Amino acid sequence: MADEVILLDFWPSMYGMRLRIALAEKGVKYENKEQDLRNKSPLLLQMNPIHKKVPVLVHNGKPVLESSIIVQYIDEVWKDKTPLLPSDPYERAQARFWVDFIDKKLYEAGRKIWTTTGEAQEEGKKEFIEVIKTLEGQMGDKPYFGGEAFGFVDLSLIPFYSWFHAFETFAKFSVAAECLNFSAWAKRCMEKESVAKSLPDEKKVLVFLTEYRKSLGIE
Amino acid sequence: MAEEVKLLKTWSSPFGLRIVWALKLKGIHFDPIDEDLSNKSSLLLQYNPVYKKIPVLVHNGKPISESLVILEYVDETWKQNPLMPQDPYERAIARFWAKFGDDKVFLSIWSVFIKQGKDQEALQEAMENLKFLEENLKGKKFFGGEKIGYLDIALGWLANLVSLFEEIIDIKIIDKERFPLLFGWIQEFSQAPIIKESWPPHDKMLTKFQIMLQNKLKLAAAETN
Repeated sequence: MADEVILLDFWPSMYGMRLRIALAEKGVKYENKEQDLRNKSPLLLQMNPIHKKVPVLVHNGKPVLESSIIVQYIDEVWKDKTPLLPSDPYERAQARFWVDFIDKKLYEAGRKIWTTTGEAQEEGKKEFIEVIKTLEGQMGDKPYFGGEAFGFVDLSLIPFYSWFHAFETFAKFSVAAECLNFSAWAKRCMEKESVAKSLPDEKKVLVFLTEYRKSLGIE
Repeated sequence: MAEEVKLLKTWSSPFGLRIVWALKLKGIHFDPIDEDLSNKSSLLLQYNPVYKKIPVLVHNGKPISESLVILEYVDETWKQNPLMPQDPYERAIARFWAKFGDDKVFLSIWSVFIKQGKDQEALQEAMENLKFLEENLKGKKFFGGEKIGYLDIALGWLANLVSLFEEIIDIKIIDKERFPLLFGWIQEFSQAPIIKESWPPHDKMLTKFQIMLQNKLKLAAAETN
């Protein structure tokens, strides 16, 4: 029986990007259904009645929610190709811990940067750099977070990179200047086809966020 | 090689209790270390430098933090009495509801408690969240099915904290008429072997939360003056 895989997504969503990368890594064919978050489709509301958010993976009619949970689902269902999580339970726990850390800390810090100005934005910028530095420290000398291979933590983190240009423009700083190893890692990830084709153009993200800021009355 | 399993926790934390249950349900011998969070041990700071929080499981010297992450580690390391479902879709569902429990249900119930049940909006939100959990129990004895599983452990705090809060603020949150399945699950779960013997002392918990509520109210009063 052919698998029916649908991705309910929104092009700038970092969480959606994670799934695009995961599905590409596994070579899974899927239908992308771009969502208008200001005018939520009946499909989205039916598939995610609790949070009404993207991304949602719909596999043979059954919805899977929450990007980090969906990535693990993808890894478990399409298990014969390109493992995304480590096989060792301790390494797996570490991967889950760091993805949870990214979810808890990075989005919020970034959000402060693009939705505020002045002191609040400065605070967001400091937090953001601190989080990146913590992650950088965790990676150490390894090419990827998982070690030799690109994996769960890498694909959960690299989508934020497409928003960096916008953050750097709004708060006037450079991640590359502050975090050399992180930038090297990001470039390494961007060389992968699955990543390059899953991330939007950073200039497009800047335009999107600039317009969004205007609509929120910021600056 | 002899296994060394340590669990850094506190006497009252529901998150630490999850790991106590998981280890006991699997028959794993462990060394519980109760922390004083107002005076964190160097061990805690060493083993969880990122958050400096409990619980932390230390297995043969290697630390794991974040209770839901620890739960899955325990289940994958000691395979007897499996806690997670086998099917990937069922696993995704269980993980989703565990996260929902922590992100939404816990906060909404806490909000009802802190506002002493007087805030209608807080009550409304809590009721909506509980309705989702009630739905989840349809046709099942436990969230895990016939046996206690990962999701029962993740939501287990409901079976203790809610009645404590109800006692303190004298408001029914999980009403038998409104949430018959959840009410029934609370009875089954809290009286199940191992779960039953692990609850923190009732009176000590009551006092702890009464003091917490009083302090919050004092703070709120000070802020409005």
